[in-house]
Amino acid sequence: MRLENKVALISGGSKGMGAVEAKLFAKEGAKIVIGDLLESEGRQVEAEINETGGECIFVPLDVTNEVQWEQAVAAAVGHFGKLDILINNAGIFRTNAVEETSSNEWDQVMDVNAKGVFLGAKAVIPAMREAGGGSIINLSSVAGLVGAAYSTAYSASKGAVRLFTKSTAIQYAADGIRSNSIHPGVIQTDMTADAIANPDFKEQRVDPTPLGRLGQPEDVAMGALYLASDESSFVTGAELVIDGGWTAQ
Amino acid sequence: MRLENKVALISGGARGMGAVEAKLFAEEGAKVIIGDMLEDEGRKIEAEINEAGGECVFVSLDVSDEDAWKRAVNEAVSRYGKLDILVNNAGIYRAHNVEDTSADEWDQVMGINAKGVFLGTKSAIPAMRDAGGGSIVNISSVAGLVGSKSTSAYNASKGAVRLLTKSTAIQYASERIRANSVHPGTIETPMTEGFLADDAMRKDRMDRTPIGRLGKPEDVAYGALFLASDEASFMTGSELIIDGGRTAE
Repeated sequence: MRLENKVALISGGSKGMGAVEAKLFAKEGAKIVIGDLLESEGRQVEAEINETGGECIFVPLDVTNEVQWEQAVAAAVGHFGKLDILINNAGIFRTNAVEETSSNEWDQVMDVNAKGVFLGAKAVIPAMREAGGGSIINLSSVAGLVGAAYSTAYSASKGAVRLFTKSTAIQYAADGIRSNSIHPGVIQTDMTADAIANPDFKEQRVDPTPLGRLGQPEDVAMGALYLASDESSFVTGAELVIDGGWTAQ
Repeated sequence: MRLENKVALISGGARGMGAVEAKLFAEEGAKVIIGDMLEDEGRKIEAEINEAGGECVFVSLDVSDEDAWKRAVNEAVSRYGKLDILVNNAGIYRAHNVEDTSADEWDQVMGINAKGVFLGTKSAIPAMRDAGGGSIVNISSVAGLVGSKSTSAYNASKGAVRLLTKSTAIQYASERIRANSVHPGTIETPMTEGFLADDAMRKDRMDRTPIGRLGKPEDVAYGALFLASDEASFMTGSELIIDGGRTAE
């Protein structure tokens, strides 16, 4: 198993990509801590993993709340003895052009998508240092690489995650803590369900995707698994683009 | 196994990173064709894989010779029935600044590192089309991403590989042929042992690698394995940087 003896904390692990990551990581031998605002969905994933022979606990986590991050890390260390992997997966999506983006929307998106990643990284570093190293995986987006016609705060937040990941990588490489970002294209999840339901969506986003399909949560989870495992022990500060070729043209 | 029922052709597979990739891919279930100019070393890896329960055949391959590429692809198809994976791994290293680079050195480095990748890709595409898709993994370098104070032709050749990879990805995505580049930092291989024997050069490379060690062939092989496998089926035109954080700074 590729994550034997590892302990992983996954924010936003109650549904979508986070839930798929939680189940895949558990199958590969990791003990899982799901941190999410959505308790009933999270408890369901927790039960599913535990019933199939894995080990998982759910902790309530608002990623903008520093105290809750500390509690989530303490739960990981308390239950499973250590923390090796953090997936900063939680995020929200808003589509408005610059002029239509309210100051409040900006703050909300930046808080969850960017500051949430910062607080998660900050909270896990002491535990990873004690474990002799670790792997932090931040879910950015293709919107963290190229401009978007219809998102503003979202693009800014994902750009922030991209570079914050590199800062973390450089600052903590000496402690054996790696940090990498993932840049998915359009993935079919709850977060993107509204956008996908838009009649123009196929023409705007699927047709120009060279591989000609939407991404699935599994596509991202497999990338996260590679970055989480020791197979990538020489990879830090890197960007894993999983976008069907969207940004290659 | 992660490459079950796959057939992989690996150029430069007789030693260094290519040999480690050949052994890892065979362990993961792939049938492996090693293409290399070094017959003795290649036959040794071939025997090692076959004795360990894998399936491997060596073919003589000068990557700058289009006919030799066609023979290598034919060998894959006639012996194993198809071709799914090509790792364009063969390469040479020359360190001269622009003024000290002879036109001959330029031609030699570009002929192997860049044109060799083009010829390999061109030869593999028809067989991959017949197989219903495939994965081309091109070994570029951090020297394909950032400028180098010690190389000119090598730098240019690896930059060429980076963009040829994206062209291939865009052109053949609709046929489900994926193409991605790998960008290793300094890896300890027969190709780099010459300059790494120089203490000052080794120290310079170590100082520029935040993670505090040089890379091993395994570090690159695991990245190539991920890209070669169906786990990366939504990835094309992407760059996988395996450099210990060097270009994140």
